[in-house]
Amino acid sequence: MEQQPNLNYIQELSAGDTAFEKKFIGVLKEEIPLEKKEYIRCIANMKYKETGDLVHKLKHKLSILGLTEDYKSAVIFEEALKNKDDQLKDTFLAILEKIDTYCKTL
Amino acid sequence: MNCIIVDDEATARIIVERLCSTIQDLDIIDSFSNAMDAIKFLNQQQVDVIFLDIHMPGFTGIDFVQTLKNPPRIVLTTSDTNFAIEAYEYEPIVDYLVKPITQERFEKSIQKVKKSLEKSTVSLPETGNNINFGDELYINIDRRLIKLNFNEILFIEAKGDYIDVKTEKKIYRVHNTLKNIKDKLPDTIFLPIHRSFIINFTKIIDIEDNSVLIEKNVIPISRSNRPELMRRLNLL
Repeated sequence: MEQQPNLNYIQELSAGDTAFEKKFIGVLKEEIPLEKKEYIRCIANMKYKETGDLVHKLKHKLSILGLTEDYKSAVIFEEALKNKDDQLKDTFLAILEKIDTYCKTL
Repeated sequence: MNCIIVDDEATARIIVERLCSTIQDLDIIDSFSNAMDAIKFLNQQQVDVIFLDIHMPGFTGIDFVQTLKNPPRIVLTTSDTNFAIEAYEYEPIVDYLVKPITQERFEKSIQKVKKSLEKSTVSLPETGNNINFGDELYINIDRRLIKLNFNEILFIEAKGDYIDVKTEKKIYRVHNTLKNIKDKLPDTIFLPIHRSFIINFTKIIDIEDNSVLIEKNVIPISRSNRPELMRRLNLL
């Protein structure tokens, strides 16, 4: 079954501090749509270095959201992009869309 | 104990801020989304520890460490484990945290920082290579020894088996190497910024991305020389 994003890590870290949770969610909701848009732009323009940097940055969010399997794909994709190999571009876009959809429920 | 956080990613900064807030005797002075702002801040104020992201656009955490004159303790935070071995080559780096950072692992890191602070102050080795020279250099041009004052030299460029010594008035082509002339120049004002260029950094007009402007000459800065150049600048 496909992994779904969750806030387990954030809730563990917050230890009930809802102000922290809200702050984190606020930034996440703000950043994800912009990063998705930027990813689409970079990949469409074959900007491999920029895409790689973006994947690297987003990798952290995947791990925060408990997406361990998607994180592994992102690691492979980031390495592949160094060789201008973008075969996993749609897989990664699907991950971003999954997170974006999740963020809208928060 | 006080700290700053340097990370280009906002969510990462929020998480480290949260982790820091759970440590009783740790105060966060500031957070920075880019290395340059943090370097400017550190030129004005001392801190005990920096939580520093390695992978930032344009300026890696390792570049950052090399740039600091008297680096405090540094804890690297990263999504990669690839840099770990390289990281420990730098004395100020006391720990390496892989994201997402757990509370337990963060507390261990704080203990490492505290232990390190108890020991004597650490710093990166200075490049101190200052030798007392006169204020001039004689260069051999067509069997004539021509005197050049250091302060009239703008930069020196390697040109195959020759070097071009560019002054405010003229370019002198000398059969010599960049390494030889480097040894004759005071490192208080001269600095290699590229394998083909040594500049008189008092003559810099401005610095933009990966180049410096001296008079009308745009001179490239190599990635490996950039930290030392940034370290020498009196940044506001």
